[in-house]
Amino acid sequence: MTPASVVIVGAGAGGAQAAASLRQGGFEGSISLVHGEPGLPYQRPPLSKAYLLGRLEARKLLLRQEHWYAKQRVDLVLDRAVAIDRAGHQVHLAGGSSLSYDHLILATGSRNRELPVPGAHLDGVIGMRTRADADELAGRIREGVEVVVAGAGFIGLEFAAVAAAHGAAVHVLELADRPMARAVSEPTAQFIRRAHEEWGVRFDFGQALTAIDGEGRVTGVETGDGRRLPADLVVYGIGVVPDTVLAEEAGLAIENGIRVDDRLLTSDPDISAIGDAASFPSAHTGGRVRLESVQNAVDQARHVAARLMGASIGYDALPWFWSDQGDLKIQIAGLAEVTDSAVEVAVPEPRATCVLRYRGDRLVAVETVNRPGDHVLARRILAGTGGPSPEEASAPSFDLTRWHEAYGLAPTG
Amino acid sequence: MNVTFTLQDQTSRTVEAEPGWKLMEVAVDNAIPGIDGDCGGEAACATCHVYVAPEWRDATGERTDLEQAMLASTFGVRENSRLSCQIETSEELDGLSVEVVGS
Ligand SMILES: Cc1cc2nc3c(=O)[nH]c(=O)nc-3n(C[C@H](O)[C@H](O)[C@H](O)COP(=O)(O)OP(=O)(O)OC[C@H]3O[C@@H](n4cnc5c(N)ncnc54)[C@H](O)[C@@H]3O)c2cc1C
Repeated sequence: MTPASVVIVGAGAGGAQAAASLRQGGFEGSISLVHGEPGLPYQRPPLSKAYLLGRLEARKLLLRQEHWYAKQRVDLVLDRAVAIDRAGHQVHLAGGSSLSYDHLILATGSRNRELPVPGAHLDGVIGMRTRADADELAGRIREGVEVVVAGAGFIGLEFAAVAAAHGAAVHVLELADRPMARAVSEPTAQFIRRAHEEWGVRFDFGQALTAIDGEGRVTGVETGDGRRLPADLVVYGIGVVPDTVLAEEAGLAIENGIRVDDRLLTSDPDISAIGDAASFPSAHTGGRVRLESVQNAVDQARHVAARLMGASIGYDALPWFWSDQGDLKIQIAGLAEVTDSAVEVAVPEPRATCVLRYRGDRLVAVETVNRPGDHVLARRILAGTGGPSPEEASAPSFDLTRWHEAYGLAPTG
Repeated sequence: MNVTFTLQDQTSRTVEAEPGWKLMEVAVDNAIPGIDGDCGGEAACATCHVYVAPEWRDATGERTDLEQAMLASTFGVRENSRLSCQIETSEELDGLSVEVVGS
């Protein structure tokens, strides 16, 4: 039965999309969208890209313009949710009031994993998660500033590229032996590393940041092998933790995030969870996963909205991701695991690459840099019935477009 | 200025747009179904595909290189296909008419 009232906690990519999709699907009941950050809901990806470069006006960072909320009859509640009363179907807010729900959607996202080292509280040590973080960082990157980036994940590297473009001296410390070790294959990681080195970024792999020095303000960092590096600014991106506090205190099942089933329902059938905060059984890996991407948040939001309007299929949207670093447009279609093999395809352009990921003989993901056409095609192929075999892809003349023209019988979408 | 979107169910919606916004942003802001703009306008996702009405093709200009590469592999692409995140609205485009393709 379609609920009469929906409360959404968290107005990031997922929460805002859930409200939008409910209205697009014809939902006529009340929608309250609880937003716990200052200002109007905004997009995160540009924070470490165009916004940080100063190329995006502030109002273009917003997920929706101010008038949208009234026009779509979405009640934007500027407050934090502090507790869920499941028996009474109520969400309590920090300001003292409460919201009643027939259905509750938790879209609380994730928080930065804090640096577990002495000195992490010093001025000039900044994570990159919120608009406030980006505003603070934008004021501090200048030519000649010495920046240490802890963690060579996507966000750390996007920041590194921007800082290097501003003439800062950038040094990246990473525990693993290559950048983005969890997210992309070795060849793709090395391609990206080389590009950063050309921009003047220095890397130390297999290297922990063990302490941050300074009095009041950061002046340097210490590394696992006992070196001291000077630093005016330390930016960390060492992973995120799902924001499960509300769910946990309400007694919902937690398993690397708020545990949901293949319909994105939590252990309470009147509560769904989506986005960075939720772990779900993946139709693509067969295991339980928690993904941190815009695609994941918005496709899950659409799924929950459709379900509340009566649809009854399981969630199986194909994951995809993008990251912009300098002149590199990195795109990933599908979902690979660290153990999946990689076949690098020869491409004519020097500043581009295309890597196919295989689980056994099955194509599971395609990583591209500056090959947007391959990315779009890969999404179609992966959503369809089958891709090229590892042998086909290994042929020196292999090209995804030509393969698709010849054999791609995949249903389109 | 006004823009008219023809939706997948063949109904039309005319909305007001402030010049300087991308067509995708105008659509999202007006809750036009079938235009998602998931990547926020980076030509990274192809979820804002439209067909531009023939009489507006010149005024809306050429595809960008990135857009061209994305569209070349997109299902349902036609000569008048554009990613609406790559079209900026202006007074010269008052009356613009596009058809939503959807993904
Ligand atoms: C700098 C940066 C760059 C990124 N770049 C990319 C990219 O290029 N491509 C990509 O695909 N993804 C990117 N991501 C990841 C992407 O932004 C996230 O995966 C996505 O925002 C997740 O959406 P969400 O709705 O689950 O959570 P979020 O967007 O994190 O939103 C959750 C919101 O809930 C709020 N909240 C939590 N608890 C409460 C409470 N109790 N009461 C009220 N509000 C609450 C939080 O304050 C937050 O505003 C990037 C992320 C960052 C930080």
